[in-house]
Amino acid sequence: MSWLTEYVRPKIRTLFTRREVPENLWQQCPACEQMIFHTDLAKNLKVCPHCGHHLRASAQERLAWTFDENAYTRIELPKVPVDPLKFRDSKRYTDRLKEARETTHLDDAILVAHGTIAGARAVVAVMAFDFMAGSMGAAVGEGLVAAARLAVLQDAPLIVFTASGGARMQEGAVSLMQMPRTIIATRLVKEAGLPFIVVLTDPTTGGVTASFAMLGDLLIAEPGALIGFAGARVIEQTVREKLPEGFQRAEYLHEHGILDMVVKRTELRDMLARVIDLLRVKDREAA
Amino acid sequence: MPHFLDFEKPVAELESKIEELRRMSEPDGINIAEEVAKLTEKADRQLRATFAKLTPWQKAQVARHPERPKALDYIAGLITDFTPLAGDRAFADDAAVVGGMGRFHGRSVVVLGTEKGTDTESRVKHNFGMARPEGYRKARRLIELAGRFGLPVLSFVDTSGAFPGIEAEARGQAEAIARSIEACLEAPVPLVATVIGEGGSGGAIALAAGDRVLMLEHAIYSVISPEGCATILWRDAAQAPLAAEALRLTADDLIRLRLVDDVIAEPLGGAHRDRDATLHAVSEAVRSALTPLLSLDGPALKARRREKYLAMGREALI
Repeated sequence: MSWLTEYVRPKIRTLFTRREVPENLWQQCPACEQMIFHTDLAKNLKVCPHCGHHLRASAQERLAWTFDENAYTRIELPKVPVDPLKFRDSKRYTDRLKEARETTHLDDAILVAHGTIAGARAVVAVMAFDFMAGSMGAAVGEGLVAAARLAVLQDAPLIVFTASGGARMQEGAVSLMQMPRTIIATRLVKEAGLPFIVVLTDPTTGGVTASFAMLGDLLIAEPGALIGFAGARVIEQTVREKLPEGFQRAEYLHEHGILDMVVKRTELRDMLARVIDLLRVKDREAA
Repeated sequence: MPHFLDFEKPVAELESKIEELRRMSEPDGINIAEEVAKLTEKADRQLRATFAKLTPWQKAQVARHPERPKALDYIAGLITDFTPLAGDRAFADDAAVVGGMGRFHGRSVVVLGTEKGTDTESRVKHNFGMARPEGYRKARRLIELAGRFGLPVLSFVDTSGAFPGIEAEARGQAEAIARSIEACLEAPVPLVATVIGEGGSGGAIALAAGDRVLMLEHAIYSVISPEGCATILWRDAAQAPLAAEALRLTADDLIRLRLVDDVIAEPLGGAHRDRDATLHAVSEAVRSALTPLLSLDGPALKARRREKYLAMGREALI
C-alpha cells in the first residue's frame, strides 16, 4: 500500500471542465479549411462538422469527454529525477521542460484520473501531445505504472489515450527503458483480470507504439490518426519508394489487422462503456 | 588490408611502416628487428593513447566497425552444437535475427542475436541487422520455447534499429517489438543480454530486456542514433558528434545511469583487433552473469526482473 500513500496523499484534485473563452470565435478546420464556430466545435468534441476531421484535443478535454458528467479525480503522479543526462542541444532540457510546463500547465506529458464511465469505475491515463510532443521519459513511464497500480487497487479497467512522438530523446537510454517499464504496467493490469484498453489518437509513433500502446486487450483508434513505429520521412529515405495512400493512418492499420476498430470521437464514450460492460461479466456474476 | 577509422590514422601510418620494414627485410635478411620493435612499441603507445580517450562519437565508430565480431561470431565461438531455428510461423524467416539452440559451457541454452553481416552479400542477406516484424516474432517464439523447456536465453545485440519499411509497418513492426520485449520480461528462465556493438533503440531492447545486461567496452546503447538525434534536435546530421556526447550512450554512461549491469573490457584497439581474446572475455562475463541466476525459479526471476526495470528512472541517477 505504500505506493498509494506516495501517489495519492499529497493532494487529490477534482477538476471539472473549465469553460475557456477562445481567442478566436472561429477556427479553421485543418483538413477542409472551412471555418467552424467555437461552440459548434466544442459541442462536436472538436470534430469538424463539415468534413468529420478529428482535430487534436488536449488531455484535459479527453478526460472530460470520457467520464460521466465530465467529472473525474486526477491523481498526483510520482516525481522522477529530472534531467538524468544533463542534456542540452541548442537549449537545455531543463529549460525545455520549464517552457512546456508554463505553456501547458502540466507537469509532464501524461495525466491520470479515475471516475466512472456509464456508471462503471475506470482509470484513465491520457498523454498530452502539447507537452514536448507527448514524448515518453521517466515521468510518463512512472505515470503509466501509477495508473496501472491504481486500476488494480480500484479493481477497475485501465484506458490509455496515446498521443506521442515517441521516446524523449533528452532522456536517452532512460527513455528507452520506459518501454519495458510500461509493458510491466500492462502486465499488472492484465494479471489482475482487468481490461486494458488503448485508444490511439493522432499521432502515436515510435517507442510508445512499440511498447504499451500495442498491448491493449483492445486497440481502438480515432479516424485518421497517424499511428506507426518509424517516421514516414525515415521510411521514405530508407526504401526510396513513395508511401502508399493513407499509410500509417488508423484505417490503414485497421485494414492490416493491427487494430480492432476505428471509432469516431463522438461515439467513443459509448463504445468504451459497451466494451467494458461486455468484458466484465465476472463482476456481475460475483455481484 | 585492415580497416582503419579516421582517428586511428597515426596508428595506421605506424603499422604500415612496420609492414613495409618487414617486407623489405625478408629478401635481404637485413636485421631490422630492433627498428620493428621500436615502431611496434610506438604504435602500441599511440593506440593506447587514442583508445584511452575515445569520444562518444569515436566509440560509435568502433561499435560499428566493419571488422568487429558480429552476433554469429559469438554464437560460433561460444556455443557448441548450435542448432539454428527459423521462422515466425506466420510470414517469413528474418535473417536479421539469428537464433537457435545449443550448448554454452555444456549447458543447453537458447541463443538469439541481431546479425549485421560481414561482407556485402551477407549484409544484404541479414538486412544490415535491421529486423522486420518476423524477426521480433521469431525472437519471441524462441524465448517462449526456452521458457517451456527451462533453457536460459543468451542474446547478442548489434543493430542500428528495427527496419523502417512500408511492409514492416503494415505487418505490425511496433506490435512485434512490444511483444518481444514482453516475452523477455515474462520469461520464466534467465535471460542474459550482451550489447556487442550497436544497441539501437527499440530494435535492440526487443532482445535485451533481461535479468543481466552486459555491454562491451566500446559498444553503444541509445534511444536514437547520434545522426537521427542530430537531425531532429540540431537540424543537421553533421552534428552527430555533439548528439553522441549528449545522449550518454557509452558503456560507462549506461553503468553510471544504472541501466546496464556490467562492462566487458575489450582488447587494446577494440574487439576486432583480437577476436579470440574478445570471445573469451565475453564467454567468461556471460557465464558469471548467468551462474547466479540458475538457482532461481521462474516466478523469482520474473519478480526480480520486474523490480529491476520498475526501479529504473525512479531512483536518483548519476
